Amino acid sequence: MNSGDTAYVLASAALVLLMTPGLAFFYGGMVRRKNVLGILMQCVIIMCLVGLQWVLFGYSLAFAPGKGFWGGLAWAGLGGVGADPNPDYAATIPHTAFMIFQGMFAIITPALIIGAFAERMKFPAFLAFILLWATFIYDPLAHWVWGAGGWLKELGVLDFAGGTVVHINAGIAGFVTALLIGKRVGYNGKAPPPHNLPFVVLGTGLLWFGWFGFNSGSALAANGIAAGAFVATNTAAVAAGLAWAILEWLVAGRPTMLGTVTGVVAGLAAVTPASGFISPLPGVAIGLVASACCFAAVTIIKPRLGYDDSLDAFGVHGMGCIWGVLATGLFASKAINVSGADGLLAGNLHQLFIQLIAVAVTLAYSGLGTLVIYKVVDRVIGIRVSEHEENIGLDLTQHREGAYTVLE
Amino acid sequence: MKLVIAIIQPHRLEKVKAELYKAEVNLITVSEVLGHGRQKGITEVYRGIKETGNLLRKVRLEIAVNDPFVEPTVKAIVKGARTGETGDGKIFILPLERCIRIRTGEEGREAIG
Repeated sequence: MNSGDTAYVLASAALVLLMTPGLAFFYGGMVRRKNVLGILMQCVIIMCLVGLQWVLFGYSLAFAPGKGFWGGLAWAGLGGVGADPNPDYAATIPHTAFMIFQGMFAIITPALIIGAFAERMKFPAFLAFILLWATFIYDPLAHWVWGAGGWLKELGVLDFAGGTVVHINAGIAGFVTALLIGKRVGYNGKAPPPHNLPFVVLGTGLLWFGWFGFNSGSALAANGIAAGAFVATNTAAVAAGLAWAILEWLVAGRPTMLGTVTGVVAGLAAVTPASGFISPLPGVAIGLVASACCFAAVTIIKPRLGYDDSLDAFGVHGMGCIWGVLATGLFASKAINVSGADGLLAGNLHQLFIQLIAVAVTLAYSGLGTLVIYKVVDRVIGIRVSEHEENIGLDLTQHREGAYTVLE
Repeated sequence: MKLVIAIIQPHRLEKVKAELYKAEVNLITVSEVLGHGRQKGITEVYRGIKETGNLLRKVRLEIAVNDPFVEPTVKAIVKGARTGETGDGKIFILPLERCIRIRTGEEGREAIG
């Protein structure tokens, strides 16, 4: 047991928790003001719902050892998860510290999806969808990639902090739900203007800050790998933010605030799987290409295909991390992290192939699984609000609350 | 000259604007207001619960037009704003005594368009 490692992982868990309210402001600022509480509420209730699910059975399904579909219920209710370290995961910190750190990832992943179906999902259906998704999509996938005995882990997939499990997973789930739920009323390829861009910037700040816990904390120790991941994360974020601003400047004539923060988040997402396996300079390449990919996804592909991924859950997190997971197979280096592997640039083509499998498996499993869960919830509860309710907004119709007053 | 004032549902604003442009009525002033008519607030309408006093968000349009444009303006607003449900709003038409364009000092018919 190492007190420095324990302190760092617990602090990182708190940082990752802060990302979900950060995301609430990031997304909440982008919607129309009649739906801002709907977004904030969805994020906060996910913290409550998945936070509880994790302790009762989610952590066990994801991380109890085993070679099966998931980890099973051996650690349900955190039975056997105590102050002693679990060497399978982290030998120098209490098992409970590892558990709660992972719990924060389980919370933010479903929260990322809500950007895709923003402004039009019924709250009861939302609760059912999220609980089923966390249990049947997130938990198994986390087990395959990170759990002791997980088959993708044993295949040698490198995913330092959740490119597959978190970002591609949430991104493709967002893409599928956006297709199934349909466009917002009145959407004709042009999004309604964000109601509060300063909120979006505030949310980005909180996400960026929390992301250091997300990536660097995934070292599960206060050591050189944590410091390297910290630097790689920041490097990719700044490169991507700058790249997006320049792209907009060239393509649309002016760099925008929304574009720049979108670039920052794309860079943060893309570097996530690679962050603990690379030196800082590949972080620049990851950030630059992430912005280019996501810029194309958001400004060219989305309008052309005509789906309404309202806040670009797929366009930013999905696309960013498809690139990020593959980039891990390019830039990973054993010289940086001995417990990782060499990538293509260090002469190991095989790693890139393994990364490609991880991307394909995540897209296929999460895409199909989300489709099934969506259909079930839609059949039983009905997912979409009526057009009438959509016009009035989710704040009043789902929560009977308004975010802002016009008169005192 | 008439001043047309319309109170409409906020989510119909884009449609009303599109209809007004079609009718070649291009000069409008838009503001956000609160109010309620016969529907008496959101809760009664959407939850079936008797509660009154909730003011709803509405959008108020002000359009000054020459007499030949009054009917096209009214038709455009009705076409864009009507959903058939309580709360669609109202149109008021008032006589307009004078109209002055600040930049040039023009008055009346010329100033309005």
